[in-house]
This record gives sequence, structure tokens and C-alpha cells, in this order.
Amino acid sequence: MNLLLIAWRNMQQRGLASVLTVVSMALGVALVVMVLSISWLVTESFDRNSNVGCNLIVGSKGSPLQLTLNTIYYLSRPIEVLPYEDYLEFLPGDERQAMIKKIGGKIWDPDKAGIHSTTMKGGFAIPVCLGDYYGQFRVVGTTSMFFEKLRYGNQSDIEYRFAEGRNFLDESPEHGFYEAVIGWQVAREMGKRVGDTFQLNHGDPEGEGHGQQFHIVGIVAPTGTPNDRAAFVNLEGFLLLDKHSRAFENPAIAGHALVDVQPDVPSTPKFAGRLPLGKRDLTAILLKPSSGFGAMRLEMAVNKSAHAMATSPIQQIAIMLDFFVRPVQYALLALTFLVCLVSAVSILVSIYNSMNERRRDIAVMRALGARRDIVMAVILLESLLIALLGGAAGWLMGHLAGFIASPLVEDRTGIRVGLLNATSSLELTLLPGIVVLATLAGIIPALVAYRTDVSKNLS
Amino acid sequence: MLQLENLKKSFRLPEGQRLAVLDVPSLFIGAGEQVVLMGESGGGKTTLLHCIAGIMQADSGSIRLDNIELTRLSEAGRDRVRASKLGYVFQTFNLLAGFTALENVRLGMTFGNGKHDIARAHDLLNRVGLGDRLHHKPSAMSVGQQQRVAVARALANRPRLLLADEPTANIDPTNQQKIIDLLRDVCTEENVAMLMVTHSPTVAEQFSRVERLESINVAWRESAPI
Repeated sequence: MNLLLIAWRNMQQRGLASVLTVVSMALGVALVVMVLSISWLVTESFDRNSNVGCNLIVGSKGSPLQLTLNTIYYLSRPIEVLPYEDYLEFLPGDERQAMIKKIGGKIWDPDKAGIHSTTMKGGFAIPVCLGDYYGQFRVVGTTSMFFEKLRYGNQSDIEYRFAEGRNFLDESPEHGFYEAVIGWQVAREMGKRVGDTFQLNHGDPEGEGHGQQFHIVGIVAPTGTPNDRAAFVNLEGFLLLDKHSRAFENPAIAGHALVDVQPDVPSTPKFAGRLPLGKRDLTAILLKPSSGFGAMRLEMAVNKSAHAMATSPIQQIAIMLDFFVRPVQYALLALTFLVCLVSAVSILVSIYNSMNERRRDIAVMRALGARRDIVMAVILLESLLIALLGGAAGWLMGHLAGFIASPLVEDRTGIRVGLLNATSSLELTLLPGIVVLATLAGIIPALVAYRTDVSKNLS
Repeated sequence: MLQLENLKKSFRLPEGQRLAVLDVPSLFIGAGEQVVLMGESGGGKTTLLHCIAGIMQADSGSIRLDNIELTRLSEAGRDRVRASKLGYVFQTFNLLAGFTALENVRLGMTFGNGKHDIARAHDLLNRVGLGDRLHHKPSAMSVGQQQRVAVARALANRPRLLLADEPTANIDPTNQQKIIDLLRDVCTEENVAMLMVTHSPTVAEQFSRVERLESINVAWRESAPI
């Protein structure tokens, strides 16, 4: 008969108390596992979103974190606007000229190449306008390049797919500049399909409606990024909406000698023309130069500007993780470890309280030849058994809870939580942690067993 | 096989004085010999058994069991001797309530050096007539059955000496005789020496050697123990 069986029988002998102690330990460990899973989920989510497929975001001078938050996560308010002319500075000469001729309006040096075009060579720049809402969802005014050029996923290598329909066109024969593509969560929550229309609210979810209907031509397949919860409209249509054109001279372009360029290609007759240069503003520009070195040069160059700044979203997200998210994760983790400590104390109390009843049993074992260290080991084993059973049950409960909540989590984050994939390397410390806690919890009752006087307790 | 010489044991009283309980100049029990020890309550019988078993340490004197001087051994050494050479039957059986009859018997061979011989545990329980109660817990057995399990447990480690402390005191007369017969038969079969404490003259008269504590214990004669 081995000591483990003796410890097991002791546990069975105090069935209810043992079960309650196991449950207490299980709840503590389940909490730790759940917090670790949530931490994994948060980190995974941030990792996915930080790889947005661009190296830099250019925006108006202000907080780089705020710029990242509102451009990538669609959180917080946009800082200020950038003149559209800044966007043109990232384009090579031919593209810039073609763009100026397509849009028309007042611009300086219409024939030159963008000043950052050499550094940008081989890369891309995507203009972004924010500020309007569709229901509770943010509206992003951009170009079709957003879904053509950007990639997502941990390695930034997944192309955007459309669950239904297609990308919007720069100028559609049917809908002009008023085509839209919506994230799959927007489609589901707003009950919209391809072919439906919607209008934008100005400034906030309860803001005044713009009246202009946008035609949904595509629904983006789930990505697990904030883009699932955004509506994307053609930038040209967005700029044409009421109150979206530049009302005052942007100081950033003051001092330039402007040339009035007539648009080359007239718009589809049944729709209004594009908002001309000189009246166009942007919230941000997403940049991906062809090399990392180019990104560094661009960041430095843009940051020399008086009105614009460039920031690396990955860097900002890392800062946010380190300064805001991680401390909360660690605090939660510390709390759950305290819960485990309380569970360990409950093991101590449970076994210690039973020591009076079992002094006779200990004395009998000693009379049968068990050494003091053997009876001590039996008590420690019992403590260990309770903790390990509780730990195993808690570990399973924690992962099971994540698995059960998986559809909800996937809805919100696009991340699939399997039974075992939401694990953290910290979970590896659970087993030794439980063993140490159980040993500490068992040591006092074990010492009581060690000191039990045989002759006094043999009736 | 068991040789006691000048064995003395006293306890400290709350007032600080010492009360002599045992003073046994000499006691010898041969291999396989069955001896009954009688004496008044409080005479030191259980203390004597505890000293022989190494549960309690004598103040002075010698206890030799199978040529091993127990008084010179460390506590762990005495534990080892107890686990391998001694069997103990208690007045109140002292079975572990959470264990089955078979497990209680196996417990008797757990702490010694020998193998955990499950077949012997089965065999012993069959011999004490409990072959059909192997997996019953003590609470599901009668008092007589419980004591039979205790006898099987005491013999599980193939002891050289069996100490029995009033093994029939809590048992009805019919079962008393069965237990005595069982103890004597099994000890004879296995050539185990037995030192049995009893108050019962009926039990004592069945043994060829009966020792009275008053005659072997000088301490009892000289002072009234508590």
C-alpha cells in the first residue's frame, strides 16, 4: 500500500471538506487561467492590429498615440486635419500630375514630383478621412487602395477578402463617388447587405445625417481587426459631403503661389464633380515605403514639418501595451494569484482543522511502524493531492470557459479561441506554483502529524 | 527472543516529582512462547507494552528483541523494528475508519522492509474468517469482526512478537473466546511469541504461563501508582 493511497483515503474520509477545498482551489486556478487567456487574447489582438500593413501614419501635429488610436483602432477623436496637398507630396511626379489633373483646383507646382516621392519609391500612400459615423460605427473615407494594398494578420501577409460583393470604385458609373464597403460586424449588426444604402452622421453617432446615401457594394470578410467594425466610403464622396470641405485657408499651405488647374476628365455627367484641390483635407495618410530605412527617413523628414507628424503604429501600440495594458494584466494576475493563495490557506485550514480527529489514525500508523517523516509525508501528499486535483479542474474550467465564450470572442476580435490555443507561457508556472503552495499549506498540519505523541493518542 | 533487564520507567508529575511506574528486574519470553500478563488497572501494563514496542522510551534498562538492543536505537530505528518484528493488537482495535478490511491489513505491512504481499493480506483475512468482507469498512463490520481484522493486521508483517493489550475487553463473551483461539492458533502456526495483557481469569487460565505485574514490577510493590 503506497503513501498516495493512504493520502487519498484520508481525503475520502473527509469527503465534503476535501471536495469544497478542491473546488476552492479549482476556482482560483480557473481565474488565473482565464486572466492568462484574456491577456493572450489582448496581446494577440494588439499584435494583429499593429501589423496593419503600413509602416507609418502621417497626421496633424499632436499626440502620436492618439493618431494611432483613431487611425488604426478608430478610437478617440481625430486630432486635426492635414491639407490634401500633403498627400500629393508622397506621390511620384507622374502620379501627382495625373491626380492633380483628375481632381483640378488650386495647387502650387502642378508638374513637380512629390518631395517625399524618392523615399517612397515602390511603396504606397493611402489617404484617410475620419469623423463621421454610421450608427455606432466609425466611417472611414479612403480610396480603393485601402483594400488593395494593405495586409493584415501577425505577419501582415493576409489580403482583404470580400465575403460579399466587391471593392468600391473611384468613380462608379452607377453610383458615382458614393459607393461603400462595410466590415462584416457592421453588416451583421446593422442588418445590411450588398445593394443596401446608408447615410453618414456628422461628427458623432447622434450627429446630424448628411442626407447623401452611400451604396454598399461589398462586405469585408472577418479579419479580427477593428476594420470589421468600420464602414469604408469612397474618399471622393466623403469629401463632397456637407461640412467636409475646407472652410478656411489651411495655414500649412499659406505662402505658395497657386495655379488653378482645370480637371482633365469630366465627372460622370449625372454626378457632381470632385471636390477641388484647395478645399480638400485629410485626417491621416497611411504610408508604406519600400524599405524600413525609407520609413525612418520619412519619419524624420515629416516630423521636421511645422504642421504634420509621422509615427510608427507598431511603436505606439507597443508603448500602449507596455504602459497601459500590461500593468492592468499584471494587476489582474496578481489578484488571481492572491485568490490562489487564499485557496491554499483554505487547504491549510481544512487539513489543520481535521488534525484533532486524525491524531488517533496517525498514532496507529506510527504504532504500525510508520516513521515521523512518513506520517508527515502523508499529510503533505494529501495537501498536494487536493491542490493538484483543484489545479487540474481549474485549468480545465478556465480553458473550457474560454472555449465556451469562443463565438463571442471571435465576434468581437476575430480571434478563434480553441480549447488549448489561448495559453500563455506563464501557465507553465502553474504546476510548480501549485506544488509550492500545496507544500506551504500542508507544512503546518504535517508538522502537527510529525509531533503527534503516539502513546497519548493510542486509546 | 525478548529479554528485559532492569527496565525502569517513570513519569514527571505536575508538581515536578517523578512517579516510578515500571521497575522490571527481569522478564524473558522465548520464541513462539505465549504469555499472559495480568495486573490491576494503572499498574503499568500498557506502559510496559509501549516500552517493548518502542513507542515509549524507558528511562533505563535493557530491552532485547531478537538480539537487538532497542534502548540503544534511535526513534527511527525503533520504528523500523516495530514495523518489521512486532505486531500490536489494541483493546479498541484502532482500525482506520476510511480504509477497508483489506487495506487495514495491508497497512500492517506498509512500513516494514518486507514486500507488500497482498496475497498474505487475503490469506490472513481468510484465516480470521473475513474472506468475504475484504472490502468492507470497519463501520460495516461487527465489533468481533473488527478485532479479527486487527489481529490479521498485527500479523501482516510476519512479526516475531505479538503484543496484545486487552484484545477481548470490548467484545462479548462468545466472540472473546473466538478471538483468543484465533490469536493462539495463528501465533502457534506462525511461531510468533505473544505477550497478552488481560484482566480476565477465564482467558488467563488457558495459557500455560501467566505473569502478574505485581510480581515482576518492583515499582508497583513499592509505591501506589496514579
